[in-house]
Amino acid sequence: MSIDLILFLILAVVAVATALGMLLSKNAVYSALFLVLNFAAIAVFYLLLGAPFIAISQVTVYAGAIMVLFLFVIMLLGAETLAPSKVLRGQGWAAFGLAVVLVAETVYLLVSRHAAVGVIARPDAFLNTMDSLREIGKALFIQYLLPFEVTSILLLVAMVGAIVLTRREKGG
Amino acid sequence: MDWTIWVEWLIKSLFVVFALLTGFAYLTLYERRALAKIQVRIGPNRAGWQGLLQPVADAVKLIFKEELTPAKADKLVFFWAPIITMVPSIVIAAVIPFGPTTTLFGRTIVFSVANINVGVLFLMAVASIAVYGIVLAGWSSNNKYAMLGGLRSSAQMISYELSLGLGFVTAILLGNSMNLHDIVDAQRNVWFAVVQPVGALIFMIVTLAEVNRAPFDMPEAEQELTAGYHSEYSGMKFALFFMAEYQKMIAISMIAATLFFGGYREFWFLKDTFLSVDAIWNIGPWQFQAWFLGPIYMLLKVVVLLFFMIWIRATWPRIRYDRLMSFGWKVLLPLSLAVVFISAVGVLVAQQFDNNWYLAIIPIFSSVAGLVAVGFVDQALRRKSYASH
Amino acid sequence: MSQYINPSDLTTILPAIVLTVWACALLVADLFIPHERKGWTAVLAALGLVVSLDITLIQAGGTSTGFKGMVTLDGFSTFLNALLLVSGLFGVALAYGYVRRMGLERGEYYTLLLFSVVGMMLMVQASDLIVVFIALELLSIPLYVLAALNVRQIESEEAGLKYFLLGSFSTGFLVYGIALIFGATGSTSYSGIVTAASAGTSSLLLTIGAALLLVGFGFKVAAVPFHMWTPDVYQGAPTSVTAFMSSGAKIAGFAALLRVFALAFPTLTADLTPILAALAALTMIGGNLIAVSQTNIKRLLAYSSIAHAGYILMAFVPYGNPQVMPVSVAAGLFYLVAYAVTNFGAWGVVIALEKQGGKGLEISDYAGLFWKNRPLALAMTVFMLSLIGFPPTIGMVGKFYLFRAVIDGGFVWLAIVGVVTSLISAYYYLRVVVNMFMQEGEPQTGSEFWVNFTWGLTALMTIIISFVPQPLFAWASSAVLRLF
Repeated sequence: MSIDLILFLILAVVAVATALGMLLSKNAVYSALFLVLNFAAIAVFYLLLGAPFIAISQVTVYAGAIMVLFLFVIMLLGAETLAPSKVLRGQGWAAFGLAVVLVAETVYLLVSRHAAVGVIARPDAFLNTMDSLREIGKALFIQYLLPFEVTSILLLVAMVGAIVLTRREKGG
Repeated sequence: MDWTIWVEWLIKSLFVVFALLTGFAYLTLYERRALAKIQVRIGPNRAGWQGLLQPVADAVKLIFKEELTPAKADKLVFFWAPIITMVPSIVIAAVIPFGPTTTLFGRTIVFSVANINVGVLFLMAVASIAVYGIVLAGWSSNNKYAMLGGLRSSAQMISYELSLGLGFVTAILLGNSMNLHDIVDAQRNVWFAVVQPVGALIFMIVTLAEVNRAPFDMPEAEQELTAGYHSEYSGMKFALFFMAEYQKMIAISMIAATLFFGGYREFWFLKDTFLSVDAIWNIGPWQFQAWFLGPIYMLLKVVVLLFFMIWIRATWPRIRYDRLMSFGWKVLLPLSLAVVFISAVGVLVAQQFDNNWYLAIIPIFSSVAGLVAVGFVDQALRRKSYASH
Repeated sequence: MSQYINPSDLTTILPAIVLTVWACALLVADLFIPHERKGWTAVLAALGLVVSLDITLIQAGGTSTGFKGMVTLDGFSTFLNALLLVSGLFGVALAYGYVRRMGLERGEYYTLLLFSVVGMMLMVQASDLIVVFIALELLSIPLYVLAALNVRQIESEEAGLKYFLLGSFSTGFLVYGIALIFGATGSTSYSGIVTAASAGTSSLLLTIGAALLLVGFGFKVAAVPFHMWTPDVYQGAPTSVTAFMSSGAKIAGFAALLRVFALAFPTLTADLTPILAALAALTMIGGNLIAVSQTNIKRLLAYSSIAHAGYILMAFVPYGNPQVMPVSVAAGLFYLVAYAVTNFGAWGVVIALEKQGGKGLEISDYAGLFWKNRPLALAMTVFMLSLIGFPPTIGMVGKFYLFRAVIDGGFVWLAIVGVVTSLISAYYYLRVVVNMFMQEGEPQTGSEFWVNFTWGLTALMTIIISFVPQPLFAWASSAVLRLF
């Protein structure tokens, strides 16, 4: 077994365990923390796959920014101790059914595509240079320029919307 | 992978951890002595020569202190929070270069624990993780003061992280790389603090807020929140928070030195002399590169930057919390955006005309932007309505 | 040709760019408009829409692609962009007095509306699934906010939250669909998908992806069984928002659906046609049947809008048949226009009768309207007839074109479903009319110039176009011809 494989197996266990922990813990703060660990494990997956930029972006954006805000909101609202809300009837079975569909789909994909795709070699030589970052930048600013710019408008709109809904106008 | 690589990593990691831990210990002494000088006192000078054994005495005291855990605290998180705070403050130093790439014992040695192409992003990632420990400490203590301290600090750190990130972007633009070694090498001729003085200044202000130092030490404003997020901590657990704070100071000074003050490189007036880190020394039969000057220059720069932090603590009052937030969002963030924009334009113009003298437009325009911002702050402070609410 | 950006890229989406810049400028300008004069913001917003409309019409006839094949300018997009911009104008006109009357006047209302129109226009022009996704978000987020704008009223908050949650849920389907399509074909651009699909890569995955895409769009255009949010949201949202949302979002959703299916999935007709036919039939039946028992005019119109989504969906059913396709799509476009015009008119009448605090929205509140305010009652009658598909209205012409196209495509049973459900719908639409003419009551009507203007103009259009539909249909047909 190569080091990569051993690492992968350990991480796979961690990722699955933390995901389960996130779902099963009663305390919302613990759920959030498990999710952070899960993101971290996934970030290391990206590293193993030879994508350091994505890995570190994952940590910065998800673990570092989004989950901190989640935690912030949970704590500010004191929501960690809320009583469990009423569960919809048959929710568990529906979720189970959907999970089965998802698994079936994944298995189908693995079976049907595995031979065609095979194992992709890691482009090691390319990765630890600035070139891989330049390629990402170029993709964003040449091929995907329009979606990139529209996203900025989208964020502006979301921000304006949030402020409109929460801020009372003076005298209004 | 042969075993020598592991040995190399081990040595480098030990060096970094050792530097940070001893650095922490003596930074406390340095701070107390410097504060004392500024306040016309003497400071601790009894333990050992000039008080040099004071950190050891402190450590012994803290280890033997009783550790308390509040009855209704969340025990698990309460235990882990100091550790979670401590780890990023050490890990962040992993990508900081301490010396030029050189050849030793027939191997090419890179003087950083990890030489990765996204080094700057790594710094951002670890900086953004650092907030967890403080938030969790505040929450798990089950104490209103601690909780408010934790929330304040997370709000503050998230707000200032934006400007911090833009400071990184400035350095990336000027250095044309995300690799910290490349960024340092790009400052061979001129420091980025000279090319982009406003950017460097913003960066230093923001780092103060990021490590919760005065005048931005709201999370532990004692007259409002007793000791903030670590109110309930004592003994060695408290010591870990204490360590984390000072190690963060050191780490962030290293980062500032690397991004804006030439990192391990020599001072500009020593360029091309035998005191340059690139110089080749001939002593007797040996001929070698003066790589060991790198860590020394780095140390000098860090000490000077740390002195500024201490100086500010000694002389500045704490900023009120609402002003701190509006300063971060309404002054620093727009100004950093302007600085990034000006830097990008400057770099582009210099590339277009293939003449680095065009980079001069960067300091000129960004200084103007900085002065405008200062003018706005001045105006805002003069307004009565702002002072009263 | 620069590798980054070219003038032709910008001109391809020039109307959207102009509107975006205008909206950003309006956001700033609004800060300097005092609270009592927010009407100026509306005027400026309308001006922006007019400028953009002008550019759209000047560009008519031109075709180009831009931003590395991300967006397309063609007759189809010109036609629908013009329709969207006119919808935006109607939306502003209806809001002008209404928001002041209801105490909702915020300058950001109009800015958000403009951004939403930008999203719709991008969605119409998109020729890449990534742009479709982002444009969908850009059109939805302002609508979520606008729906919840009346924060003092709990129904409005509920509407906003419900719309937001279900909208995000549906976007999840859409993104998952896009991911599967990318997985199957390795591309998100329509041309890339077609190339890969005709080369015969894993088509099951592609079909599932396309079906998920259909689910996502189904939520947006409120097709049964993805319609559950519609009545609550339409009822709770401020009426001027509902009017704009029910037309604009539907137009954009159908436009994107049409482009995606016609351009990206021509190879999947065998799998998708039955699904589309079933969806159309279900939507017509479901929408019309549930509408029968409604007593609130906003809910009634909500179910009516669901039912009309079903009629428009009929236009998609024969999309795999190259002979029928252009005619059926042209019929779909025509029907979109008919629906938008009638819909704005009907909502205009609702706004004219609505009182503070959600009063005046029951159908019984319309009793005796004819004896109180004849023009208003006559206009409402025209709109109701048009929604049924009764001559001489634009709705009749639209349905005629639609049924003809569907029958040509060989889906006679679907046309029969359409006719039968139209008959059912006559019951509840006519109940409104009967109430206005034959019941006793003291309805109070407001009189605001721009609301009156809207329902007056749309009533005239509803009738006039029904007598001379040919120019509009010809325009729609030519728009479609350029699509292929």
